[in-house]
Amino acid sequence: MSQATLSASLKERPADEITLIRPSRGLGALNLRDLWLYRELIYFLTWRDIKVRYKQTVLGAAWAVLQPVLQMVVFTLLFNRVANLSSNGIPYPIFNFAALLPWRLFAKALNDAGRSLVTNRNMVTKVYFPRLVIPLASVLGGVVDFAFAFLVMIGLMMYYHFAPGSGYQFQASPALLSLPLFLLLALLTAFGVSLWLSALNVLYRDVAYVLPFLTELWFFITPVVYSSTEIPERFRLLYALNPMTGVVEAFRWALFGAQSQAAPGPMVAVSALVAIVVLVSGLFYFRRMERVFADEI
Amino acid sequence: MPTSYDVAIRVENLGKKFHIGVSPQDSPLRGNTGSYRTLRDEVSEAYQRLRKGRHALVAQKNTIWALRDVSFDVRKGQVLGIIGRNGAGKSTLLKILSRVTEPTEGYAEIRGRIGALLEVGTGFHPELTGRENIYLNGAILGMKRAEIAQKFDEIVAFSEVERFIETPVKRYSSGMYLRLAFAVAAHLEPEILVVDEVLAVGDAEFQRKCIGKMSDVAQQGRTVLFVSHNMSAILRLTEECLVLDQGRLALRAATNQAVDYYMAAGFSNAGERVWSAAEVPADAAPFKPLALRVRDAAGRVVDTLRSTEAFNVEFEYELQQDITGLRVGFYVLTLRGEYVFTSFDTDEISRFDGFSTRKAGRYCSRCVIPANMLNDGRYVLAVNASTFRIRRYFQDEHALGFYVDGTGAPGKQWPETRLGPLRPALDWEIQNLS
Repeated sequence: MSQATLSASLKERPADEITLIRPSRGLGALNLRDLWLYRELIYFLTWRDIKVRYKQTVLGAAWAVLQPVLQMVVFTLLFNRVANLSSNGIPYPIFNFAALLPWRLFAKALNDAGRSLVTNRNMVTKVYFPRLVIPLASVLGGVVDFAFAFLVMIGLMMYYHFAPGSGYQFQASPALLSLPLFLLLALLTAFGVSLWLSALNVLYRDVAYVLPFLTELWFFITPVVYSSTEIPERFRLLYALNPMTGVVEAFRWALFGAQSQAAPGPMVAVSALVAIVVLVSGLFYFRRMERVFADEI
Repeated sequence: MPTSYDVAIRVENLGKKFHIGVSPQDSPLRGNTGSYRTLRDEVSEAYQRLRKGRHALVAQKNTIWALRDVSFDVRKGQVLGIIGRNGAGKSTLLKILSRVTEPTEGYAEIRGRIGALLEVGTGFHPELTGRENIYLNGAILGMKRAEIAQKFDEIVAFSEVERFIETPVKRYSSGMYLRLAFAVAAHLEPEILVVDEVLAVGDAEFQRKCIGKMSDVAQQGRTVLFVSHNMSAILRLTEECLVLDQGRLALRAATNQAVDYYMAAGFSNAGERVWSAAEVPADAAPFKPLALRVRDAAGRVVDTLRSTEAFNVEFEYELQQDITGLRVGFYVLTLRGEYVFTSFDTDEISRFDGFSTRKAGRYCSRCVIPANMLNDGRYVLAVNASTFRIRRYFQDEHALGFYVDGTGAPGKQWPETRLGPLRPALDWEIQNLS
């Protein structure tokens, strides 16, 4: 074939999408572009997660509101009335609820996403798609519950604002605008931890047994029922190594502003840094283990 | 002259090694590994490694090559069949090509968008409606939302579940569920389609429809890799086949030749089930099953039989004590678990009297299944050894599977699926009454 006809035939043919399949070695690329190509699958799996969550329940989506409210009531009775923990002058119920918002998002992600690969083993062993989609969809599924709980938060804040003698006055501060940013931080933290747990759970089912225990322990080292001002000043940055500490403090700061305490800037910075380290290392670990998921699950 | 542009799939020296779990029964060849590691195993293994320093040796022993040194190309637009008995590596090959799992060695190059159907209904959620599951399953298979929306009516029509499209699929019958699942899968339109045994599901009528759909796909000039145990489907849909045996490529030939080779040549392990001591429950004693075999008319142990020839089923066992009133027999079941028939070695009254007490020792109970009895398809043999209403010594519901190939059977001139598990050759008489 002459040069001219060869190049002509090259032009005629549409460029084929070429896939090379070979054993991968080393760390490998993160290949996040693949995740973008499969964005519709992320959407559908998130949607499935939300859609089936409260199916065949009498109260349905009301559970998304009831659960955090009941939790808050119990904590208020237990930690405020009985244990008498302080809440920096903010009514304890909203002080606690502000922390429950990101905490519940995180705890749910830990439990759902941690088990997600094993729960969806059918998909993992039968169809190709970037495996990251599965824990990501599980984490995102929690956002709807978060939104419901957030409406409750607005209601509670209004109630305490107008209730005489509550000692709480709502002040619109620019800090409120940073809330979406902190929601993102909460999601990234949850996603990072979920990556580690879900990948580990494929290899070691022990993870499923550790999860409830881990969640409980993590709950107590996060300032949900108490304020981080209870921690001695010099230990606070150490305390912020728990990435959820920064998230919770940031939420309180955004919602209550100066009334809660001074801006928790350094703590949030430390927590965010830890969250990013967990996320990036989690991504690499997940991608590395991904190649054996279908064989080991 | 074929240039590299005409090649849709090129596979070079592809190999896949599996680690077998703790027990050899958990071989990946029996579907998924039933075993998974726990931290405890890992820790104790690490300790063993430290102590003995022979990790390499142990690892060698616990691995198995499910696929090795497999090389072939597939031309664009070719429909290539892949046949081989269970555990030959067919599914492993498809899983590697569809990127579900990685090869251990070698490589494959795929030109064009590939879509794989290793199972129908992946990701179906019982609580979601038919409509919702179509979208979900479509997305899982790699279709875009717009594409699914565009084909939605066609999918629903194909599945024949229009009336129940807003009903959660948990309320569907298993037939409806499968029809819907296959309908979504059948509307996947990649340039290269990889299909594993998905046609073996559903009732005969639906299978016929599925094979029809597959042959449409094949005629549209798409590249298809098709794995099946259904030789009629293979013969109908493909012109060329790969035969895999024990993870290696045994033959690539025109379909007729490949099917003959597959059915005749030395697949000596197939068609036989041997019970190891560990597989026999302790309460079976004094009855001890040894082996169950299916032999073709020529006496060879095979896993695919021709429906036009008689074949033998033989059950070998040992009695550690005398047993009175023992009957040993088997059931033939379809893959969907329906009983086709049951037979015991002492069914006939004279034999029942003659063998009222069987002395301790080794026995073989053998019977002939006449020609022209079973229809095409896969069947399962279940065995039973018992004394009527007194005691069941041993039962294995899934002792051995075998295939029946209906090539040359009555009515084969019509390429349709015959309903029912039986395909008898009956004496018809056509009388002209005018």
